[in-house]
Amino acid sequence: MTNSSANRWQSYYTPKSVAEAVDTLQRYDGQARVVGGGTDLLVEIRRGLHRPVEALVDVSRIPGLDTIEVDDDHIVIGCGVTHSQIVRDARIIEYGTCLSESCSVIGGPQVRNVGTLAGNVAHALPAGDGTIGLLALGGEIEIAAADATRWIPMQESFRAPGKSFIDRHREVLTRLRFKPTGPREGSAHHRVMRPQGLCLPIISMAVRLKLEDDDTISNARISMGPVGPVPFLAEAAMEVRVGNIASSELFDKTAEAALASVTLRSSKYRASQEYRERMVRTFLPAILKRASERSRGARL
Amino acid sequence: MSRLRMTVNGRPVDLDVPESRYLSEVLRKDLQLTGTKIGCNEAECGICTVLVDGTPVVSCVYPAFKANGTQVETIENLSQDGELHALQQAFLDHGAVQCGICTPGVIMTAKALIEEKKAAGEVLTEEHIAVALKDTFCRCTGYQSISRAILLASGQDVPPLIPVSQPASHSIGKPMPNLQARDKITGEARFTDDYRFAGMLYARTKRANIPHARILSIDTSAARDLAGVHAVLTHEDIPGRNLHGVFITDWPVLCADKVRYAGDAIAIVAADSEEVAAAALDLIAVDYEKLPIVSDAIDAAKPDSPLVHEDRAEGNLLKHIKVIKGDIAAGFAEADTIIDQTYRTPATEHMFLEPECSIGVPAGYSPENFGGICDAAAARGETARHDKTTVYVGSQIPYGDRDQVAATLGLEPESVRIVATLMGGGFGGKEDITGQIHAALLAEKTQRPVKMLYSRQESLLVHPKRHATVIRIRTGATRDGKLTAVEATLYGDGGAYASLSEKVLTRASTHAAGPYDVPNVKVDCFAMYTNNAPSGAFRGFGVTQSCFAVESNMDRLAEQLELDVIEIRRINALDVGSVTSTGQVLRESAGLQECIDLVEQDMRDDSFRWTWEEGNKRFAWGLAVAYKNTGLGGGAPDKASAEVEVWPDDSKGTTAEVRISSAEMGQGLPAVLAACAAEELGIKASAVNVLLGDTDFCPDGGPTTASRQTYVSGNAVRLAAADAAARLEAEPGTPVVVRHDYMAPETKPLGSGGDMHVAFSYCAQAALCEIDMDTGEVSVKKIIAAHDVGRAINPLTLQGQIEGGIVMCIGYTLTEHYIQEDGVPWTDVLARYKIPSIRHTPEISNRIVEHQTSAGPYGAKGVGELPSIPTSAAITNAIYRATGVRMRSLPVDQDELLRAMREQNTEVEMAWGDRKPIPKVALGGEQ
Repeated sequence: MTNSSANRWQSYYTPKSVAEAVDTLQRYDGQARVVGGGTDLLVEIRRGLHRPVEALVDVSRIPGLDTIEVDDDHIVIGCGVTHSQIVRDARIIEYGTCLSESCSVIGGPQVRNVGTLAGNVAHALPAGDGTIGLLALGGEIEIAAADATRWIPMQESFRAPGKSFIDRHREVLTRLRFKPTGPREGSAHHRVMRPQGLCLPIISMAVRLKLEDDDTISNARISMGPVGPVPFLAEAAMEVRVGNIASSELFDKTAEAALASVTLRSSKYRASQEYRERMVRTFLPAILKRASERSRGARL
Repeated sequence: MSRLRMTVNGRPVDLDVPESRYLSEVLRKDLQLTGTKIGCNEAECGICTVLVDGTPVVSCVYPAFKANGTQVETIENLSQDGELHALQQAFLDHGAVQCGICTPGVIMTAKALIEEKKAAGEVLTEEHIAVALKDTFCRCTGYQSISRAILLASGQDVPPLIPVSQPASHSIGKPMPNLQARDKITGEARFTDDYRFAGMLYARTKRANIPHARILSIDTSAARDLAGVHAVLTHEDIPGRNLHGVFITDWPVLCADKVRYAGDAIAIVAADSEEVAAAALDLIAVDYEKLPIVSDAIDAAKPDSPLVHEDRAEGNLLKHIKVIKGDIAAGFAEADTIIDQTYRTPATEHMFLEPECSIGVPAGYSPENFGGICDAAAARGETARHDKTTVYVGSQIPYGDRDQVAATLGLEPESVRIVATLMGGGFGGKEDITGQIHAALLAEKTQRPVKMLYSRQESLLVHPKRHATVIRIRTGATRDGKLTAVEATLYGDGGAYASLSEKVLTRASTHAAGPYDVPNVKVDCFAMYTNNAPSGAFRGFGVTQSCFAVESNMDRLAEQLELDVIEIRRINALDVGSVTSTGQVLRESAGLQECIDLVEQDMRDDSFRWTWEEGNKRFAWGLAVAYKNTGLGGGAPDKASAEVEVWPDDSKGTTAEVRISSAEMGQGLPAVLAACAAEELGIKASAVNVLLGDTDFCPDGGPTTASRQTYVSGNAVRLAAADAAARLEAEPGTPVVVRHDYMAPETKPLGSGGDMHVAFSYCAQAALCEIDMDTGEVSVKKIIAAHDVGRAINPLTLQGQIEGGIVMCIGYTLTEHYIQEDGVPWTDVLARYKIPSIRHTPEISNRIVEHQTSAGPYGAKGVGELPSIPTSAAITNAIYRATGVRMRSLPVDQDELLRAMREQNTEVEMAWGDRKPIPKVALGGEQ
């Protein structure tokens, strides 16, 4: 890692509106990068792991996009909202539990104080913890361009490991949202790490469940990573569950279905295939159980 | 350039700076607020933490312009009008400042936490502290004192933890904060990178980045032509000796014909800025012919191995070290039980949080020639005139550096001066030459001061590591548990250059039978050259490695013989009258039995169980014992010279100054020396100033290594002060200066049968571990320990060394591995090397044992290394008791442990970072 100017941007913009942000990106035609907290991007730039960048566009100070709002249907998180804000927010703790849990394990406090959920999602790593939590909740993201703004399911933004479909020449991820868990709903997240020199999780998983009064599962979402090139929605596993009664046998079957739908591999210094499978078999049922208990606790 | 407007420490700031700046750079460079330190530039270590609008952020990846319009607070803001903030005072009182490089970041993180809890009306707990400080690292303290200090500063009644020791005499035995701790806490203390000389240039080094190759050509012309470059030097520009080395000089200053490891230096550049210097590196073209690589110590011993140093008759064998006592065959013949196992230990990295920095200043430098202020009275520093070639560096061996710089520059040693700056941690990793000679060469070439600062990543690549070893150990005992024979064969990976390999591996060998009275011992140790990073001194110095093997075997032996693990240590422990494996009779000062007794007593309270289960967690205790030499030993002259100057004054109080060129790296040496002087002079230790590390002003205290400084320099100071006291009595009122050249009692070389060491310190440690049966994760919950240090001169700083040493060894056991793949470091960034965080810190309960050594100052022996030695085996012995699985390689891999538990496998030989099983070792070394 050198301090050479190839590893530095030249200009730093702090736009005061989305229009200004998008306009700056277009002017730079791909030579500018959006930055939230910078705790991922700037470390990569310093390490020389990034193409040279001429400008940074800091979207964390756009008025109205640095807060967590609740409307009739959604909890809406602006692109400037930090992981620390999410972790502390009573509404997300209650109605988006797996998101507050997953954001609370990202890095350490200093990184969480500055890093944003939007940045985590836009980075499109297969196991970004915040991303995994939001994905299970059914997260959607708002992408703003000069001419149009649209909401898409967040999983549609993941192209390849570390590569998002968000077009850096012209688009900014401005907001994220999910439907808060309601009566009879609960969510949970768990992550397995190692204490040695690897920042990435061995496995990170989150679930969102809806349980009817007779314990039948009427809705389920399961997210996992790293199990492939992008954050993964375990749809096959979810099918196993919906319509069935919550029980530990069901949860074990769900874990098997999840494993059957991915190809876990051994990766050097991170974990063996066997270990990863074991972690899924142990902890996916555990968070399913926890989410079920929270669902029951949320009954009227 | 743009205008950056913010408030820093309450003052408005309006700067015209490039938009490419990080906040840390604006603070340190543009505002000269050097209290905020840089450890990694990777947002990993947290020591650069500052507050932005009251929130802790890592300033090294925080763009300066992100702070536009905000309130920034740094360490410099905490003390107002000379009054310390409550946090700062608490840190001082608790001994929570050792080397000081992490202190500003830790304090700022803690300040925000205290204020947050206060505002929320919550009582601060240890758990809050552990969460808030999770990514703010300290390598010295082990975090316990930090946590206690923060609780105290939040208003809770938490006194400093001072271990019980003999009642203090006048100054000896009195807890005292380390000298300079106050400056470290206020942010005023300056490390080398905090210095800025008028006219200073910035240097970088062109590294090989490949493990083994012949150099065909070096073309520096494009680099020389780059605007802003003042000099580019290669081996052709070296006036004197193009080699350095702390013991054997086999390490090129600038490589000429070949490179032997990825960190080898080929060229150095001095330029107007770091950016220009870095750009110049890219323009230096080196043509290589790659050579086959040897990256394993056992492979290096094979006849067909590539040769690292082709002109050596012994090939890759640096040294075959032998220890022989008694008759090994007879010893095993007597044994009823024999344990024979092979273990592996990893290369690890010191991870001192201050990366290396040297500033070279040319002979004849005067600051006013470069627009700086000159102060004729200044003895050193930016305002001083420099008559000689001078290097400012945080080094463990100032006089050694001086001699090595002189040899390469073709100067007499007296024509070179080393000014030892504060060291942000050393642990043995700052004994070898890093940037000292390069900075001096460039300074003389350019006739300007030149700063050579290593990035963290360069530090990881370049400086020597702990020796990786493979150790086969065969232990024989009779049915009653009495050891009859220990035979060990060790292979040590010495890397590309000798460094201190011979000494480290000698230590590993002489201590390879453990702290036990064993009648028959045979050790063969092969120190090998490879194309890995050179291996050198690292706290524990070889004993860390062999202790893991010895103490693992002892537990197996106990199990086989159905003996209690504590009892088997007792039966064999060295004691007064014992003979060590090198034939030394211990005439005094051997407190191991007492250490074992105290640990057992503290472990076995009413609720004691060796192992139990709670839900999905299993708990178990494990024990290990260790010993470590004090001083160089082995026949090496072990000396230190100290000067004591006294200014008697009946009205205002007598004051004194101690001058000695020993290195303080946070261990608390100045306070120990002040106490020794104060004791003899009958004054308060606070009236004693200690000047360390200026080779023009301070006589040579010898290297800070081998746990020798308290003993050797302590004696030098004690005797000089005693002499001064006598002269003052004879002539009261007259200032005196006394120099004392102290030589430690003579020791004999290995193999001579005489006394190899002046003293040994001993300890016992028991570790309570928790194993998660679902994930295989291991966590250390509690350590119960006892350490025989002879005499506790400063119990406060002693406690800090013990806590810090234990936590460092927890890292060695559970989290750390400097991974190299065929000579190419995988561990190339700090993100790939985790040292223990506050989350890894157990509760530590420690007792001091004081079996005085008569020739030590007030009976004191060394302690710097001892606490960091047995913790690994204590942990793995606990893992065995909890799970039935023996870990034979470090660091423990949860994946391997879980598989072994589930498959009911009792032996695991793969650790995290290992790529192949432990190689077979033939006893005695014949392959």
